Amino acid sequence: MGEEPAPPAVLDLDELQIPGGGHTGRRHILSILVENKPGVLARISGLFSRRGFNIDTLAVGPTDDPRISRITLTVDGALHPIDQVTKQLHKLVNVLKIRDLEPRETVARELALFKLAAEGESRGQIVQFAEIFRGKVIDVSKRSLTVEVTGTDDKIEAFEDLVRPYGLIEMVRTGEIAVARGRSTT
Amino acid sequence: MRAVDAIVECLKAEGVDTVFGLPGGANLPTYDALYDGGVRHVLCRHEAGAGHAAEGYAKASGRVGVALATSGPGATNLVTPIADAMMDSVPTVFVTGQVRTELIGTDGFQEADTTGITMPVVKHSILIQDPREIPRAISEAFHIARTGRPGPVLVDVPQDLSRVDIDYDPIDSVSLPGYQPTVEGNAKQIKLAAKALANARRPVFYAGGGVINANASDELSELCLADAFPVTCTVMGLGAFPAPHDQWLGMLGMHGTRAANYAMDEADLICAVGARFDDRITGKLSEFAPRAKFIHIDIDPAEISKNVPAHIPIVGDAKRILPKLVREYRALETDGSRLDGWWERIRGWREKHPLGYEDSVDSEIKPQYMVEAMYEATDGKAIVTSDVGQHQMWCAQYYDFPKPRRWINSGGLGTMGFGLPSALGAKVACPDQTVVCLAGDGSLQMNIQELATCVTENVPVKVFLMNNHYLGMVRQWQELFWDRRYSGVDMGTTPDWVKLAEAYGATGMRATEKGSLVETMREALATEGPVVVDVQVTKEENCYPMIPAGQAARDMVG
Repeated sequence: MGEEPAPPAVLDLDELQIPGGGHTGRRHILSILVENKPGVLARISGLFSRRGFNIDTLAVGPTDDPRISRITLTVDGALHPIDQVTKQLHKLVNVLKIRDLEPRETVARELALFKLAAEGESRGQIVQFAEIFRGKVIDVSKRSLTVEVTGTDDKIEAFEDLVRPYGLIEMVRTGEIAVARGRSTT
Repeated sequence: MRAVDAIVECLKAEGVDTVFGLPGGANLPTYDALYDGGVRHVLCRHEAGAGHAAEGYAKASGRVGVALATSGPGATNLVTPIADAMMDSVPTVFVTGQVRTELIGTDGFQEADTTGITMPVVKHSILIQDPREIPRAISEAFHIARTGRPGPVLVDVPQDLSRVDIDYDPIDSVSLPGYQPTVEGNAKQIKLAAKALANARRPVFYAGGGVINANASDELSELCLADAFPVTCTVMGLGAFPAPHDQWLGMLGMHGTRAANYAMDEADLICAVGARFDDRITGKLSEFAPRAKFIHIDIDPAEISKNVPAHIPIVGDAKRILPKLVREYRALETDGSRLDGWWERIRGWREKHPLGYEDSVDSEIKPQYMVEAMYEATDGKAIVTSDVGQHQMWCAQYYDFPKPRRWINSGGLGTMGFGLPSALGAKVACPDQTVVCLAGDGSLQMNIQELATCVTENVPVKVFLMNNHYLGMVRQWQELFWDRRYSGVDMGTTPDWVKLAEAYGATGMRATEKGSLVETMREALATEGPVVVDVQVTKEENCYPMIPAGQAARDMVG
């Protein structure tokens, strides 16, 4: 090659750092685009159980392209190395794109339905809480109220804490869905 | 043409000359197409045998191995070879028959959810839902099986769909948006790796089966020989660096050499190539190579920092990356003498702790000697397949593999019964080479039926059976860690292997004396057709050295 050897490249091995990885300690929202094919959800959930990862919430739905579905799932980054989770997911052939959404650049929402025991005085109280949380009463019976609340999981948990003492009969949550802020696609 | 004829055409288009398998109800149409389709079919006696034969074929040749099975039990019998191929990254395609579409989900006769059962152990799988998809599915299966990190791909074909007439146009390109393996390797990282190597005073190269899969053995050697870098390989990587060699430390890990394990323990820089830091390598993770920084070259990004965090990760094909790393390294001004002290230390270990065993004083055949005799009888040039257990480890220790694809074993899954069918596959792939199977008496019985395949198909594999009448490795652990309570390990004296071999139409031989062992082996190699040599070895011999499970390299015993 005839090139002069480069000057001795001094590198103190002790200065080498491990790039990225590890446990982040926070909750992550992964937005995953997958091919809309049978068995894809089973592949993803199977991967999580096989590798010992826990899914906190999971929401699946169509996108504007009928060939593609979106899976939004939340994972605890204190328990699992998110890097490893996303890299394993990427190995699934039907997984097209994974985005680990940055909390500050993301709008996340979840829908929850609360069925509450509501007799006598508590009724008015619950309706008032629902208004404060911009919730809606979507079903009424003599002994119960069902309230719809939308928001981040913090907000939904706050509402749950508030109404629980009045008699929470049941609660149904969708799991969070999320979209990137601004013009860029998720 | 019928969809099944298209399947055969696709196989031919992928360069497949031989498939291994067994017919049944649901894949009858495929077998009809094979009748005069122009692809050799090797009728195995069990689907597990067919699957391992496909693996042996793939490992020996580097081409994709193919196995066929029918639905239900045929497919479930393939699960072990599929899982094995996943763990050892073996490029394989499995085509299974499925019950008719109207029967799927009804618990029909010989119905099993094949794609569901195999999902955790495949690289990818495809359940055919439209017969027109079949050619593309087969073509994608081969593409996925052989590229990136190789692995098993399953195509499940319902019986009714396989009989439909379709238009067949050869598929000339595959495009999968969700599957784009990284190949080239990041140039900046390669530069950094070269710099780190140039500054390391106690470097070790740790190579795994990925180097062999990448056909990058020459490139690995060139890099290691660019300076006096010590090299060790995993059980999957043996042959990736030519042994014996001055810079060769022997295998590392649980039954590796002390020189290799101690070098890892004291290294300041470890360059892992196509290896995945399995627990059989690291032992106690928190005490693994505590002084080392890591360069990790692998085609699978998920392997990087999975078990051991990498300081310099390089994702890509070793065949592309290693030559670039050689160039970058050579461009640096390096002082070869910086490694003198390191080699002095390594030589000290080598001299103090060479591999060795106490040979018998009489004519008893020690198992380690049996491997040495096999090396002598084959001139060190055979393709050797093995089962799983003590004999496998002794072979890895005492048979020096000068080239890749000469050593075929089940490393990740540790599948007993792998040896004979994989030897069958290897011999079919490489008919001009000597193929021997070093078997254990526990393992050999797990797929002995494939001896019938070898005889019928005239595949002259030579089986050297290391017979100690025990499930030897389990017995060893019971001796060392379970107070010699030998539970469920005594295999007794049956079968009579010579008679069994003869019953199958093969040649049976027996060796009981050290003095004539090499000669007996040579005779077996010179005998036409398949041969089984029952070699009676020391009953209770332990495989040493050894890092007890979960301990550190420093705690090696024996």
